[in-house]
Amino acid sequence: MTQLPHSTARKLGLVIDLDTCVGCHACVISCKGWNTENYGAPLSDTDAYGANPSGTFLNRVHSYEVQPENGAAQLVHFPKSCLHCDNAPCVTVCPTGASYKRAEDGIVLVNESDCIGCGLCAWACPYGAREMDAVEKVMKKCTLCVDRIYNENLPEEDREPACVRTCPAGARHFGDLGDPDSDVSQLVAERGGIDLMPEQGTAPVNKYLPPRPRDRLDEVDVLAPYLDPVATEPQGFLGWLDRALDALPGGKG
Amino acid sequence: MTQPRIDTSPKVSDEVRRTTCYMCACRCGINVHMKAGRVAYIEGNRDHPINKGVLCAKGSAGIMQVNAPSRLRAPLKRVGPRGSGEFREISWDEALDLAVSWLKPIRDTAPEKLAFFTGRDQSQSFTGWWAQQFGTPNFAAHGGFCSVNMAAAGIYTMGGAFWEFGQPDWDHTKLFVLFGVAEDHDSNPIKMGIGKIKARGARVVGVNPIRTGYNAVADDWLGITPGTDGLLILSLVHLLLKAGKVDLDYLARFTNAPVLVNGDPKSPEYGLFLRDEAGKELVMDRATGKLAPFDRPGVRPDLAARHRRAGITHRTVFQHMAERYLDDRYAPEAVADKTGIAPQKIRALAAEIARVAFDEAITLEREWTDFRGETHKTMTGRPVSFHAMRGISAHSNGFQTARALHVLQILIGSVETPGGFRFKPPYPKPATAHPRPHCGATPGAPLDGPHLGYVQGPDDLCLKADGSPARIDKAFTWDNPMSAHGLMHMVISNAHAGDPYRIDTLFMYMANMSWNSSMNTGGVMEMLTDTDENGDYVIPRIIYSDAYSSEMVAYADLVLPDTTYLERHDCISLLDRPICEADAAADAIRWPVVQPDRDVRGFQSVLLDLGARLGLPGMVNEDGGATYADYADYIVNHERKPGIGPLAGWRKGGDGRGGPNPDQLDRYIGNGGFWVGHIPGDAAYYKPWNMAYQDWAVGLGLCDSPQPYLFQLYVEPLRRFQLAAEGHGPVQPPDHLRERIKATLDPLPVWYAPFEDGHADPVGYPIHALTQRPMAMYHSWGTQNAWLRQLHGVNPMYLPTKLWERHGFQDGDWAQVSSVHGTITVPVAHMAALNENTIWTWNAIGKRKGTWAVSEDAPEARKGFLLNHLIHELLPARGDGLRWSNSDPVTGQAAWFDLRVKIEKVPAPEQAQPAYPPVASPVGRGPKDLAWKVGE
Repeated sequence: MTQLPHSTARKLGLVIDLDTCVGCHACVISCKGWNTENYGAPLSDTDAYGANPSGTFLNRVHSYEVQPENGAAQLVHFPKSCLHCDNAPCVTVCPTGASYKRAEDGIVLVNESDCIGCGLCAWACPYGAREMDAVEKVMKKCTLCVDRIYNENLPEEDREPACVRTCPAGARHFGDLGDPDSDVSQLVAERGGIDLMPEQGTAPVNKYLPPRPRDRLDEVDVLAPYLDPVATEPQGFLGWLDRALDALPGGKG
Repeated sequence: MTQPRIDTSPKVSDEVRRTTCYMCACRCGINVHMKAGRVAYIEGNRDHPINKGVLCAKGSAGIMQVNAPSRLRAPLKRVGPRGSGEFREISWDEALDLAVSWLKPIRDTAPEKLAFFTGRDQSQSFTGWWAQQFGTPNFAAHGGFCSVNMAAAGIYTMGGAFWEFGQPDWDHTKLFVLFGVAEDHDSNPIKMGIGKIKARGARVVGVNPIRTGYNAVADDWLGITPGTDGLLILSLVHLLLKAGKVDLDYLARFTNAPVLVNGDPKSPEYGLFLRDEAGKELVMDRATGKLAPFDRPGVRPDLAARHRRAGITHRTVFQHMAERYLDDRYAPEAVADKTGIAPQKIRALAAEIARVAFDEAITLEREWTDFRGETHKTMTGRPVSFHAMRGISAHSNGFQTARALHVLQILIGSVETPGGFRFKPPYPKPATAHPRPHCGATPGAPLDGPHLGYVQGPDDLCLKADGSPARIDKAFTWDNPMSAHGLMHMVISNAHAGDPYRIDTLFMYMANMSWNSSMNTGGVMEMLTDTDENGDYVIPRIIYSDAYSSEMVAYADLVLPDTTYLERHDCISLLDRPICEADAAADAIRWPVVQPDRDVRGFQSVLLDLGARLGLPGMVNEDGGATYADYADYIVNHERKPGIGPLAGWRKGGDGRGGPNPDQLDRYIGNGGFWVGHIPGDAAYYKPWNMAYQDWAVGLGLCDSPQPYLFQLYVEPLRRFQLAAEGHGPVQPPDHLRERIKATLDPLPVWYAPFEDGHADPVGYPIHALTQRPMAMYHSWGTQNAWLRQLHGVNPMYLPTKLWERHGFQDGDWAQVSSVHGTITVPVAHMAALNENTIWTWNAIGKRKGTWAVSEDAPEARKGFLLNHLIHELLPARGDGLRWSNSDPVTGQAAWFDLRVKIEKVPAPEQAQPAYPPVASPVGRGPKDLAWKVGE
C-alpha cells in the first residue's frame, strides 16, 4: 500500500462557488479537451456516435433539486472532480504506488506506467472522482492541470487549471489553500466555504462555497414605503405631477 | 519517499491561430492550438471583447465538430425520391451548372419565383445583398421564428434591444432582472455578467417558468405562467407610477412622454402627434408656456401639458400612460391569478426596483453635452438593469410584452444611464434611421432596395397593386405589418399552398426546416415531398447548403456542402449582427485555420461564384469575369457605399471609413481575429442624446450625420395602422383584420392573452408546454459532437410536482402529450423548480434516424423527441376560409411558446412517438470508439 506525505509544502486546490455555478458544463469540456491532449493517456469515448456513448471525464457537473419547507424549489449545480484530499484513501489503497500525493503541492496523481487498472482507488474514493479509461485501462483523475500550472510554455496568466481559465461565470478559483492569506483562503473564510462530506475524514483540499439564501423578496415588508401612492384621489396624480415637475431642476419650486 | 518526476512544462502546441467561434451565435474569440497542422485544443481568447478568455462547453468542443463524421463531403444530387436521403456525389462544376440552369430562367422572367432564406446565417448583410442583386423580394434569415419581437419592439421603442443591440451595465448595476432567456443566447457574456454581479454581492432576479441555469443562481425566482410576462411588467409599471417612482426629469428630456397627442376621435390624425411644419413633434415648454419643437435649445418639455388647437384637445403621452396604467386592472391583486405570481411578490419586486433605482442612484463625474446644447456636469444612473430574449418574445403577445419591458426600464430612467441598460454600436439607431422594406421585383434586374426594414405606416407595406402580399412569407402585410425579419416559418407552408403565389426554387442555408426549425414538422415533411396531379413536386426545386448531414439535407434536390467554421472565411460585420461592447465598436473575422479535407466550399464563396455565373450586378465585371475570387476577396474589397465595407478595422486611411486595404485580413489575423474601436468616456452613456457619441458615430461611419431622437414610449407607427383599421387613409386593411389590428397594434403597451388560448380550450388543454436550449448545445448541432451528446443525450418531458402527483407518475414512465394539433408520446421526469402548470423539455435533442452520422439506435433517435409536432404554423381553422398564422400579429414572430397541451400516462412504447422511418445517410456512421492525441 502507498504512503501519503506527512504534510505538503502547499495545498493547491479549487474553490467552487455553488452560488454562481450555472451548470453550463464549460469546465467539463475544457477539462476533457486539455487532458485528452496532455497528461497521460487520452480520455477516450466508447460508442461515441452509438446507443451508449460513454467517455472518460475528470470533472462532471451534477444537478440537485432542493425543496425547502416553505417556498419554491431550488436547483443547485454541483461540479465535482478530485478534491486532492490530505488523507486521500485512494492513495493509501493503491497496491502499486501508482496513486500518490505530491509532497510539494499536495496534488494527487496517478503514475500511469505503474497503474495496473485494478480499480481499488476508485472504490476507495468516497466522492466517485476517479474514472477508469475504457480503452487504455488505466485510472484517470483530475491532475489539477499539473502540466499547466507550472508550464513555462504558457503565459503566466494561463498557468491555472483549464476548468478555472474557461469558467464563464467565474465560479471556479485556484490557489494555495494551505496559505491562510491566499485569495482562495480569504474567499473561503469570507463566504463560509465547506468541506464535502467531512465525516469521511478525507480532509479534502478543495472547498465549496454554499449558495446564498434564495427568495428573500418574500421577506421584504420593510420596503413597503417605497410603494406608497403619491395620491389617493383619482385626479390627485396630476396634482402630484405638477408639483413634482416644479420641484425639478429649473422648475418653479 | 520518492515520487515520479513528471514534465510540468510540456510543449503546448506548435502554433496558436486566433479566430472566431461558431459553435453558437455568441461569436467568441478562440485560440486554436495547432499540432502538426491539425487542431489540437481550443480555448477562449483573453483579448477578445465578447468572451475575454472564457469559453463555454460548445466552444471547447469545437475540435469534435471539425472532426465530426457528420460533415458533408461533396456536392450531392438527389437520385431517390425526396426525403429518402439517396444522393449521388457530383463535382462542383456540375452542381453549379445545375443551380444556374434553374436560377437563370427565374431571374430572367420572374425573380420572385426564387425564395432564398438563410437560417442561422451570420452573413446576412452579404446574403441579403446577393438576393437583392438577384432581384427576388423573397429573402430573410431566421429572425422571424427566433426573436424578432424582441428586436422590433426594442428598435421601435428605443432604437435598440438586447443582445447584439445592448447589454446591462455589468460593472455598475445593482439589481439585474432577467426575463425568459434561451440559455444559449449571448451565453458567455450573460454568465460573465452574472458572475460579476454576484462577486460584488448585487442581486439577480429571474422571471421564468423554469428554474434552471441562470434562474437557478438567481437570488429570487418568479416562476411565471408562460405568456403573462407583459401583465406582470404592466403591474410593476402600475405600482411604480402610482408611487411616483419614475424619473420625471429623464422622461421630460429624453422620451416622447411630453409630446402632445391629438385627442379628437373624429380627426384623421386622432392619436397622432402634434407636429410643427418641419414635421417635428411638439411639446409644451414649461418655461414659456408655449409650444416648441422637442429639440429646441433651452426647452423644458412639460409632462403635464394640455393644449387646445383648432377645437382639438391635445394631451401628453405621459398623461395617456397615467390614465391607462394607474387603472386597477393592473393592480397586483388583479394580475396574480393569471401570472401565477402572488401580489406580495409583485409588490416586493416593484419596491426593490424603486429602492435601487432611486435610493442607490449612482453618479459618475463625467461631463457631457446633450443634443439641445445643454452641458451636464455628471452622469446619474439608476442601477437597475433588465434582459430578456425568446421566453417573452416567442408569444403572440410578445411584441407588446417586449415593448412593456422597454417602457418599464425607460420609466425609471435606467436606459443608457450608469448601472442600467447600455447600447452597443451601431446602436442606438431609431426605427426611422433604418431602411424601409422593399419588394419591387423586375425581371433581369435587382430589387428596388433592401428587403427588410422598419415600416412607419400602411404606405410602407409590401403589397401588390391588388393588395395581395408581395412576399411569399407575407411579411409586411396587414397580417403582421412590422415583420422586420420576415417569416421564415411560413415560407414552406405558403409555397406549398401557393398562397400568395407559387414559387419555383426554394434555396435555403443552415435551416433545419424538415426537423427542429419548423413548427408542424411532420406536415412540413409532407409539404416538401407533396406532388401535384402530374406527379411533380408542388415545390418544384430545393437547393440546400449545410456543412453537416442534418435532417433537411434529405429533402434537397441539390446539396451544396459548406465547410466547418475553422475552414472558412467569415466576417462578423458592423453592417450585420455585430459583436460590439457598450464601450467599443468591434468586428471580427473567421479564417481557415485548417484546410478542408473534403470537396466542400464555404457557402458565401459559392454564392459569389453563382452570382458571377448568373451575371448579377456587383458580382461580375464588364469583361464578364467574376468581381470577387471568393468571400475573402469580397470581405476586403466590397464597399456598401464609398469608404464603408464589411470590416471597419484597418481600412485605407484609418478605421471605420476608408478605402479597401489589401492587407486588412492579415491585420485582423495579427490582432487575434478582431478589431476594437473604443468609445471616449464622455460619449459612453446617454448615447442617443450625447453629442460626443453622435460625433464619434459619424466619424466611424455608423451614420452620416448626428441623429439624436426621443425614446418612443408611444409608438406612432402602431397608431397609424390602428387609424387605418378605424377607416382612415387610402391603404386599408381587409375587414377581417380590423378588430385585431385595433386591439393589438396599440401605440402604448397592452397585454392580451396568447392567441392559442382563444383556439385551444384552456380547460381541455390546461398545461403550458415549452422548450429551452441547454447551455451546452446549439440547436440540432450538439448531437453530432461526441463530447456534447454525452451531456444531453436524452430529453425527458419535465413535469412539475402537481402534475407528477396528480397523474401518479413514477421514474421511467411515459406520457402522451396532446395539443389541438397533434400528439407525442415521450418519457417524463419530475422537476419541482417549475411553474405548476408548465411542462418543458430540451430543444432539438431528438434526431431523425439516419442523420448526423449517429446510429439509428442512439438515444436521440429512439427516446429523443421534438415538441414541434404539437405546434402548427397555422392556428386551427375557424371556418372562415382563412389561414391564420400562429404568429404575433404585429411582427409575425412564430408563437412557439403559446402552446397548450394535456397529458395522460401511457404504457412505455418501443420508442418516442411519432417515429419516422430512417433516411439514408450520405456520410455513413461515425466510428465506434475515440481515443487519440493529435500529433502522435
